[in-house]
Amino acid sequence: MTDFKPDLNSGAQSELDRLKALLKAAVPPIPQDAELSRDLWPGLLRRIDREPARVPWFDWALGALLIALAAAFPTVIPVFLYYL
Amino acid sequence: MPESSKHVLNRFRQGDVDAFEELFRSHQDGVYRWILRIVRDTGAAEDITVETFFKIYRAHARFDSERGFEPWARRIATHAALDWIRAHKLECEFTPALEATLSSPSCDPAVQAEIRLKTAEAFTRLPVKLRVATMLAVVDEQPHKLIAESLGITVGAVKLRVFRALRLLRKDLERQGIRP
Repeated sequence: MTDFKPDLNSGAQSELDRLKALLKAAVPPIPQDAELSRDLWPGLLRRIDREPARVPWFDWALGALLIALAAAFPTVIPVFLYYL
Repeated sequence: MPESSKHVLNRFRQGDVDAFEELFRSHQDGVYRWILRIVRDTGAAEDITVETFFKIYRAHARFDSERGFEPWARRIATHAALDWIRAHKLECEFTPALEATLSSPSCDPAVQAEIRLKTAEAFTRLPVKLRVATMLAVVDEQPHKLIAESLGITVGAVKLRVFRALRLLRKDLERQGIRP
């Protein structure tokens, strides 16, 4: 993609500049030195601990396959248990 | 990149919590400020910072050390902040800067305040994508390259969004009888 360069005459450019100035006056910028009011690390640790263990989708698929296999061929169950 | 930083990043990639804490401590303020610039709400920015680092922690195995931690974290933070804005359907409310002056110094202070308020309101009505790009580029004067990286778009697209936002803002203000 080519760089966007609006084709503006000087009048349009100054109008754009005035709009930018108006916007900057209306919406206060965030200070460069804005700092956190509290330590977020304990909250983050709690968030990590709260996350339940996730089972990958292929584990579910494998489980479903085994159940389907056992339902279709019940005779393989003892063989399967033997190899567990 | 110093050898120690590389070591920390490699440990983080392997899921080491101590390395993650080290990265968190050194980047939390930067990530928080970036989020704050997008959502303009300190409480929400803190919550989103936690959510961002949680996502970073979960995605540790996908981290590409060649691309650097900071741009990666900023990108995740940007998406988390945008998700938050969309989820809350919140048209961020801005408090007009009382100290700011308009380009016409002769203007009545009460009129100036009214114009600032209407401008802030018109700005909140812009589509989120345009508003965020414009806020970062114009209000907070962040480099276009940084904004482009964080939003996952090109520098040209950032400029286009800013241009479109200013054009829409001008039209909205003109409808209200304000000629910038």
